[in-house]
Amino acid sequence: MSMITVEHLGKVYPVALKQPGLRGTLSHFWRRQFRQIEAVKDISFQIQPGEVVGFLGPNGAGKTTTLKMLTGLIHPSGGQVRVAGQEPFQRHPAFLEKITLVMGQKQQLLWDLPALDSLRINAAVYGIPDREFRRRVDELTEMLSLHGKLQQPVRKLSLGERMKAELLAALLHQPQVLFLDEPTLGLDVNAQVSVREFLREYNRRFDATILLTSHYMADITALCDRVLLIHQGQLIYDGNLHGLLDRFAPYRQVRLELAQPEPPERLAIYGEIEDITGRDVRLIVQRSELTQSITQILADLAVLDMTITDPPVEEIIGRVFQAGKI
Amino acid sequence: MALIWRQIRVFLSVYYAYMVEYRAELVLWVLANSLPLIMMGIWVEASQGGQFDLDPIQFARYFISVFFVRQLTIVWVVWEFEKEVVEGKLSPRLLQPIDPVWHHVAGHISERLARLPFTVVLLVLFFVLYPQAVWVPSLGQVGLAAIAILAAFILRFLIQYTFSMFAFWTERATAIEQVWFLFYLFLSGMIAPLELFPDAVRTVILWTPFPYLVYFPAGLLSGLNVNLYQGLGVILFWCLLSFGVNRWLWRRGLKHYSGMGA
Repeated sequence: MSMITVEHLGKVYPVALKQPGLRGTLSHFWRRQFRQIEAVKDISFQIQPGEVVGFLGPNGAGKTTTLKMLTGLIHPSGGQVRVAGQEPFQRHPAFLEKITLVMGQKQQLLWDLPALDSLRINAAVYGIPDREFRRRVDELTEMLSLHGKLQQPVRKLSLGERMKAELLAALLHQPQVLFLDEPTLGLDVNAQVSVREFLREYNRRFDATILLTSHYMADITALCDRVLLIHQGQLIYDGNLHGLLDRFAPYRQVRLELAQPEPPERLAIYGEIEDITGRDVRLIVQRSELTQSITQILADLAVLDMTITDPPVEEIIGRVFQAGKI
Repeated sequence: MALIWRQIRVFLSVYYAYMVEYRAELVLWVLANSLPLIMMGIWVEASQGGQFDLDPIQFARYFISVFFVRQLTIVWVVWEFEKEVVEGKLSPRLLQPIDPVWHHVAGHISERLARLPFTVVLLVLFFVLYPQAVWVPSLGQVGLAAIAILAAFILRFLIQYTFSMFAFWTERATAIEQVWFLFYLFLSGMIAPLELFPDAVRTVILWTPFPYLVYFPAGLLSGLNVNLYQGLGVILFWCLLSFGVNRWLWRRGLKHYSGMGA
């Protein structure tokens, strides 16, 4: 049986419209006009127990709205959702005990107290016995390398430590379904890696189902075999990550710092020029030609520094839309 | 049952720790609510010259009781709830299998415990400066006043929490509370005891919730002649009404909630 079943899910928001200027303000005060925004349109998918699925889309695509409907925070305008055998919006305790939602920009820990105090509240809320509470805190502290941090006031923790403490709080009741909205937002590379490793380990240890959104391609490539791609509220791709990358990002971004500026026509032979600023150059190179191009560049030009990166998710999605369809 | 008891214990101890973090603020909050003491000065002075139903000592005892009752029945849930709705902070609370209101209740009760020592110090200071006003209420009076104070707190909390629900639609529920506060100020007995109101006005006011938030418990404590049964009956009626409206708005509000910013 699927852990998450979504059928023809939709959400329509009324959004107040206002013209700029005093006239707009006055007419907004007297007669407010609304426009109906379709944030999510007729989405359907299923996720099996233990699956880790990446949820991708540009800002405003409807990812967060969908997550909010899956967790029961907002009421769907249409369609059906079942998570762990329950209808989320009913917010039945049996449902709430099985899920968690982590939002990178939001926090649930009490700011002025040590994280341990907030954890005690959570333990009481979920009815976790004292001994079991200590065991789980120890286990999660170990997995997240948070030794000695839980006794400090939350406001004194670094962003990375705070995010990990938030994760700990969100997972204390050992949920079976994890909804993660930008769980690594704003973290440095080391912290991102450790959060990612933790999630992979949590998934393995508890056979948890994970649905995560992220702007960091590395999060998705490290954790998810399957991705859902959403744009303007519609689901446009559901399948294997590699298939998507091969089709829409068969290229790499090559950044060069040259010893001296070179004319664009000289650089164009190595790849598509994305940007030239003085001696800094950004090229787009097809993956199939990458090795050959790099060899050629190093042979022909005086290069001080070079980095090769995956294109950002936003860019891949941009290409998907340029193509018009999947 | 054991679970509920543990939840109460943990909530209170954690929120007490939270409130004690703001020591300086607590003292300022106690002082900020000294309007009854100012009113006392005015009425004691006035009653020495004019003809009123209460003598200066009765005025002093009434207003010091008002001060005490106010300290124990302060409610600010609408400001916190509005912030939670507008900033989307309600979302994590909604995901827990416990009604979010219990966080606010625990916060309010803990704040009371943290504030109490400062209140007592101020009371002692007052009686040292004004020993004529010292009185010892009977045990029965204290018991009834305690019940009335608790009831006043519950009623004020329920009404304000009901106003809070409008945050789901207007995003500025505090404006409602501010209009309400104007009536509260004049009709609750905070500016003047109800004895000084014209009879007809007083009869009408006694069916509204206002006098039971301040005048009723303060009157019981300071030994004024209040109608106990009518008081408890009216409080119960308004509590049930607010509770019903509150739950109805809560369910409708959640359907309207969009988890802004979250």
